[in-house]
Amino acid sequence: MNRSPYVTSAPSVSMIMVKVMLALVPGIVAYVWVFGAGILVMLSLASLTALAAEALMLKLRNRPIKPFLMDGSALLTAWLLALSLPPLAPWWLVVVGTFFAIVIAKQLYGGLGYNPFNPAMVGYAVLLISFPVIMTHWPAPLELAQAKLSFETQLQFIFGNSSGLSLDAVSMATPLDYLKTQLTLHHSVQEITVAPQFGLLGAKGGELVVSAYLLGGLYLLQQRLITWHLPVAFLGVLALMSGAFYLVDATHFTHPLFHLFTGASMLGAFFIITDPVSGPTTPKGKLFFAAGIAVLTYLIRVYGGYPDGVAFSVLLMNMCVPLIDAWTQPRVFGHQK
Amino acid sequence: MSSLLNIVKQNFGSRTIAVNGGVHPPEHKQESTKQPIGHLALPKRLVLPLRQHVGNLPKVLVNVGDKVLKGQLLAEAEGNISAAIHAPTSGTVVAIEDALIPHPSGLPDHCITIDVDGKDEWIAHCSTDWRKQDKTQLLESLRDSGIVGLGGAAFPTQVKLRTNAKSHVDTLVINAAECEPYITCDDMLMRERADQILKGVEIAQHLLGAKQCLIGIEDNKPEAAEAMRLACLNSPLAKLVTLKVVVVPTQYPSGDARQLIRLLTGIEVPADKRSTDVGLQCFNVATLLALHRYFDFGEPSLSRIVTITGNVKTPANFEVLFGTPVTELVKAGGGVLADTDDYIMGGPMMGFSLPSIDVPITKAANCIIASAPNLFAPAPPAMPCIRCARCADVCPVSLQPQELYWFSKSSNLEKARDYNLFDCIECGCCTYACPSNIPLVQYYRFAKSEIIAQDRAKEAADLARERNEFRLMRIEREKQERAEKHAQKAVGAKAEVAKPEVGSTIEAIDDAAMAAKKAAIAAAIERAKAQKATTTPQNVSDTKPTVEAEIAEINARREAAKQAVNKQAGDNIGSKQDEK
Repeated sequence: MNRSPYVTSAPSVSMIMVKVMLALVPGIVAYVWVFGAGILVMLSLASLTALAAEALMLKLRNRPIKPFLMDGSALLTAWLLALSLPPLAPWWLVVVGTFFAIVIAKQLYGGLGYNPFNPAMVGYAVLLISFPVIMTHWPAPLELAQAKLSFETQLQFIFGNSSGLSLDAVSMATPLDYLKTQLTLHHSVQEITVAPQFGLLGAKGGELVVSAYLLGGLYLLQQRLITWHLPVAFLGVLALMSGAFYLVDATHFTHPLFHLFTGASMLGAFFIITDPVSGPTTPKGKLFFAAGIAVLTYLIRVYGGYPDGVAFSVLLMNMCVPLIDAWTQPRVFGHQK
Repeated sequence: MSSLLNIVKQNFGSRTIAVNGGVHPPEHKQESTKQPIGHLALPKRLVLPLRQHVGNLPKVLVNVGDKVLKGQLLAEAEGNISAAIHAPTSGTVVAIEDALIPHPSGLPDHCITIDVDGKDEWIAHCSTDWRKQDKTQLLESLRDSGIVGLGGAAFPTQVKLRTNAKSHVDTLVINAAECEPYITCDDMLMRERADQILKGVEIAQHLLGAKQCLIGIEDNKPEAAEAMRLACLNSPLAKLVTLKVVVVPTQYPSGDARQLIRLLTGIEVPADKRSTDVGLQCFNVATLLALHRYFDFGEPSLSRIVTITGNVKTPANFEVLFGTPVTELVKAGGGVLADTDDYIMGGPMMGFSLPSIDVPITKAANCIIASAPNLFAPAPPAMPCIRCARCADVCPVSLQPQELYWFSKSSNLEKARDYNLFDCIECGCCTYACPSNIPLVQYYRFAKSEIIAQDRAKEAADLARERNEFRLMRIEREKQERAEKHAQKAVGAKAEVAKPEVGSTIEAIDDAAMAAKKAAIAAAIERAKAQKATTTPQNVSDTKPTVEAEIAEINARREAAKQAVNKQAGDNIGSKQDEK
């Protein structure tokens, strides 16, 4: 019998997923600090929905339930989706989004390892298209909110019986959103960015969360759970592109650091575009893939109809993955290119 | 230009180059290097498989009942690629029949069994003055040496030492990397017999006319490297050619010949060429020592150093006569510890489980590992591939194992071939690094054997089609000829009425036509035969020795599978009949 190699050494799939979730923890802590504990409710709702949907689908598909629930991939999808949604969105929004992500985007394609699209981003895109108003209604950071926002009030928002307090009282246009609308009113970037929601680099408060994501991302790199190609190419090209526009016309285009530290840039760079299943596998392919997402993200942010563009860019580039992989095969040992 | 680049690489880059990818499993080499190389007592019986090498089966020269002396030729090399078999000690030939051999297929193969008489009586033998003798004669005599690559590939050494105008060897690479975990036979050999190895290097250098000799050793064997350095200093060869020990980082599979060549010289041997095409030849240290014993003492290849390690009381290395049952070696290793459930021949990365502990030690057997669940845990159930590409990161050949897996699994064999499946060296790094515990190498072995079988079937079909076309053509031609003949006869009959004597000429014409037709058919048959002879064994046009070995192995596997199926079918039928 030839069953060599007899030794193996690799973290299991579950271990990889657990470590990625661990890397998200600093970001979640910062999130709670800046926006309140409501996000924890959203994360829990998403997690429960994901596990239930996964179990249901595995049962319908006659697959073993335990090993696939334990692999942690459904939980990770749930977390990434929850972290992308406005934290005071009604409970059914996160449930619908997660359900769609797991059932349609993942299980109907064959489950773990077979989904061509990033499930969390499919869920996000579906929600953004179906419920654009709710999806763009972000609460202001606690320190900026007009009304005091207790955890109790947050729960009321999520579960839909907010007595008296309207969401408008606690929400505020995100910097990306605000920038876009104000630019159409012929204000210059310099005039716009004095608004209270702008912070040192990106969004006030938000930039703290983003920095925590960066920290988690560095942990992923240190643990060799991701390679440098995707985050470096994504952030690099995003910076280059926004830098070029900024150099040409600083009154209409913001500086590159703003783009890196607002919206879903950091979460995307380290946690979303690094989804191995729906991404390319060759080193060169990863560079093209991430660069493509960066370019599309910037174009959607500046010229598109949506405030942020990471989700759509990821999905668009997911479609190109088979082509990218085929075109970027590395030179095999002893072969000419 | 490229040679210039290589020189630059050699001088500035060679120390820092590491294997592309590769892995570093726990070494487990200390266990078996605590004791000097031991000797086994003569076993009572030796079983010598005829096929201990890559290539043709050797021709048996003895009969059952023959008394044989130590070193006596039992079977001689047959054809270009083949190796001789000798009696490792004196005794009587008691059987020439199929017996279980150490092979992954678990199939029996031709063996010569010798009852050992215990006298260990040598046949007359003498040294050769290889410096003075003609090289062609030396190479011819090597056919009777029985020496094959002792690193594990078991390719006949005489073939590798032959040079011709096309393949001029400048650099002799000496493989002492021993990159597989657990195995320490080369390590111990170098520590104890470095001088003898260097004498073998002298011979190989002389035969090949190499201008430099590079000895590649992984940095986890400092004692061996030191011993080799010292031996190099003392060797007369140091004055003639560049001779040096190059220490390479410990990274599996640096001991793969092509990988080691790249590590030491910076040269990447093209996939469709042999290393000799780019002026390189690679030998294992133990093979070189065997060369020295053969020319300087007249001793053919009779024994080798084998590591016994793993779940045994006292792991160590022993000099073992070929044909010795593995049981004897295990005993010498102090016997097995509790829980031993398997015996692996080779290392844990590329070795295979023995079909029985009674199989003999062969020329390719560098290590026996007693396996237990606590040493090598059975792999957990495989999960789906998540395309993390860890396998691609560690692949020393820069393949995309995750794609090959996909294609192999879906039997998309053409695609697998396009993605260079046949460049896979089956080193096992991909499986080692897979978080989903997918037995990737198994999929590649399967896909390779399927592709080879398909190619065979296609060739057979092509041949059959050609034959059929020829047959149709012949039938058509015969029909025409008959028609012509009838027409002629009709004309002849009319003519006969007028001139009776013309009939004989028509018959003569008929005979001539008949003869011509027969000749044409005979020629066609000859052509078909010739074509068959040339096309049968080919499946990949550019067969490297490794690929040839692979094909041989794959054939054996297929054969095994077929037999298993047949047996099962037989059993099923049997049981059905029983039911009746």
